[in-house]
Amino acid sequence: MSVVIIDYGSGNLHSAAKAFERAARDNGLDIPVVVTADPEKLRAAERIVLPGVGAFKDCRDGLKSIPGMWDTLEDQVIVRARPFLGICVGMQLMASRGLEHDVTGGFGWIEGDVKPITPRDASFKIPHMGWNTLEMQRPHALLDGIELGENGLHGYFVHSYHLDAKHPSHVIATTEHGMAVTAMVGRDNMAGTQFHPEKSQGLGLALIANFLRWRP
Amino acid sequence: MLKARLIPCLDVKDGRVVKGVNFIDLRDAGDPVEIAKAYDAAGADELCFLDITATHENRGIIFDVVSRTAEACFMPLTVGGGVRTLDDIRKLLLAGADKVSINSAAVADRDFVRRAAEKFGAQCVVVAIDAKSVAPGKWEIFTHGGRKPTGIDAIAFAKDVTSLGAGEILLTSMDRDGTGKGFDIALTRAIADAVTVPVIASGGVGTLDHLVDGIRDGHAAAVLAASIFHFGTYSIAEAKHHLSANGVPMRLC
Repeated sequence: MSVVIIDYGSGNLHSAAKAFERAARDNGLDIPVVVTADPEKLRAAERIVLPGVGAFKDCRDGLKSIPGMWDTLEDQVIVRARPFLGICVGMQLMASRGLEHDVTGGFGWIEGDVKPITPRDASFKIPHMGWNTLEMQRPHALLDGIELGENGLHGYFVHSYHLDAKHPSHVIATTEHGMAVTAMVGRDNMAGTQFHPEKSQGLGLALIANFLRWRP
Repeated sequence: MLKARLIPCLDVKDGRVVKGVNFIDLRDAGDPVEIAKAYDAAGADELCFLDITATHENRGIIFDVVSRTAEACFMPLTVGGGVRTLDDIRKLLLAGADKVSINSAAVADRDFVRRAAEKFGAQCVVVAIDAKSVAPGKWEIFTHGGRKPTGIDAIAFAKDVTSLGAGEILLTSMDRDGTGKGFDIALTRAIADAVTVPVIASGGVGTLDHLVDGIRDGHAAAVLAASIFHFGTYSIAEAKHHLSANGVPMRLC
């Protein structure tokens, strides 16, 4: 039983792996963390993490360039219902389409498009970069025990696009940046965070620990 | 709501932390990885490494420093200094940097900013602008640690690199850097109001009020300082509470 972090050339994953290892250790969970580009190892995973930085299309192309990776992920998440966490562009890939540069297809697990953030005035800088609080839209196991709201903990965001979900019930949390920006989505065994839990100190380690214990 | 960011900066030379006073006198303040861990624990919002001698000397050591820091710290890390090629950026990102700051190379070839943003995403491309006042309300870009004038207007340049894909501007006043007299507020505000991306104010912090000025009057999204933290003049917590008490939205937990 392991948590697999998928490595498809989208940046450095040592820091993410260390964050998962630390969250496991701090919570007395004996769960090996495997960083891999091998779909066979993904098949053996109990839990799956899909990170992603950069552009939507580059990340999709990166995943597609590994033979068998896209289909194995679909199989593990949809058919076998493994607990899944997408991070940043890894979360955006759960959408139907990305509209960054070109129109690019995503997994389509969360119906909706990945669109530019359009704040109400120019005092809100783009990219939305830095620490922001989360407004919970519906309770979720991954947010258990985490203080949210204006006086709560912060997630670290760095993005110019967000997932505009078709069904409000798929939006777990939003954040305010001159508009309601989607911060977390989920349904069934899958969740995605626009912010980076692996860079979000206290909130991040708590959310990762919740993910490692999650039994959807 | 999005909070203002407080960013301690470590000037790194040969794998050790130094702080240049006007970029000339260097003092050794220790191991960058240990200091990074201490800042992480203290609640710094991000961390910045500037490999200040990278243009002249062997760069290999910084990759090891970045990689060891990224493994120990769960906070965003920006690395700059001597970044000239897409391969330099790739290596720093693979070592564990979240953002890479480009300085002279962007001045020499603005299209480099476009290529970098296209390849790695605007979110990781920071353009570092070193500016000096040349007339009232006018600032010029200087490169090579402030030694080399370029004749390029800082505001026009900031707008230009932003339109080419820079995701953030790290703005240093070469008139103020190392003086402890505070940010060049007029410069900071002129650039912050001219671009759509976040601006990090840098150069000249000597007191906690200077940090407040940078956000409140300079309209910066983040403030960067080095020596006031390294030598223990103020702690990260003191600085963040001071900013918060003066009306700047900060992350205090």
